[in-house]
Amino acid sequence: MPLIAVLALAAGTYAFRLAGPVLRHRLRLPGRLRHLLSVAATVLLIALVATSALTEGHGFAGWARPAGVLVAGILTLRRAPFPLIVVLAAATTAVLRLLGVP
Amino acid sequence: MHSLWRTLDRGTLRDIALVCLADAMVGAAFGAIAVSGGLPAWVPVVMSLLVFAGGAQFAAVGVVLSGGAPLAAVAAGLVLNARLLPFGFAVGDALGDRWWTRLTGAHLLTDEAVAFVLRDADPRRRHAAFWACGLGLFISWNAAVVLGALAGRDIGDTAALGLDAAFPAVLLALVLPSLTERNVRTAALRRACVSGAAVAVAATPFLPAGLPVLLALTGLVLTVRTPYGSEVSCP
Repeated sequence: MPLIAVLALAAGTYAFRLAGPVLRHRLRLPGRLRHLLSVAATVLLIALVATSALTEGHGFAGWARPAGVLVAGILTLRRAPFPLIVVLAAATTAVLRLLGVP
Repeated sequence: MHSLWRTLDRGTLRDIALVCLADAMVGAAFGAIAVSGGLPAWVPVVMSLLVFAGGAQFAAVGVVLSGGAPLAAVAAGLVLNARLLPFGFAVGDALGDRWWTRLTGAHLLTDEAVAFVLRDADPRRRHAAFWACGLGLFISWNAAVVLGALAGRDIGDTAALGLDAAFPAVLLALVLPSLTERNVRTAALRRACVSGAAVAVAATPFLPAGLPVLLALTGLVLTVRTPYGSEVSCP
């Protein structure tokens, strides 16, 4: 992978990151739009949870991973401490794989 | 920096430290996979420092290691990172008011930092959470990539440890509490999230990685007609 490719990816990524913090300062967005952007971020994060839990490449990720994430969701709703949620999610997936679940 | 530690409670700092640890293990795997696949060690190390986005790094290296053109690797990484644009608008206030905090803070914008910031409505705690998570992840991720690249071979199976479940679990644990309130606005937010996630998963077999997540924004139409009131708190 040539250095120029790494630099191009880095520059593009930084542009995506910088646009919001700079422009939102200049534009003085109305409250309604600020709220919508906050909602958009939450929607994107949940979509990221769904796709990274259920899919790998263009297909199904197997049952072990979504099972672990499901455990995380249940523990979150039961107000379990954050470290317990993350560790038990990973452990659930790991144990299921150990048992031969894909 | 001193006030940063006083602003955040110990629980939040502990949570951030745990996320840093989990991401470091993935970072070590990234360095090892890139080098064991035949790339020179500087590639994963420089890429991590300059790109600093795990998903895009894995995607770009994956394209190259499977024989794809560098241009395709750049495109795959950029599509994955396009979501950082709306994230920057949503949490841009947390970076600080000075031009140099915006310039440096922007590079530290990640999914995890966004999730920690969205957890709080208080400007000072949003600011502290962003910088603690951003700096913590930047240091731990890059140090781990160096170690992984030095090890140079597959240093353990992250799938066997269930670490691929840790990333969605972390985000879910941070975001889900804001979706459980019983009011009209939160109900609209829940509908937007569920429909957006469904669209993203349904589109995954057909679109390049990264685009399905952006398509989730179609879920926003379900919130547009809901009054939002003046108390713009955590969503």
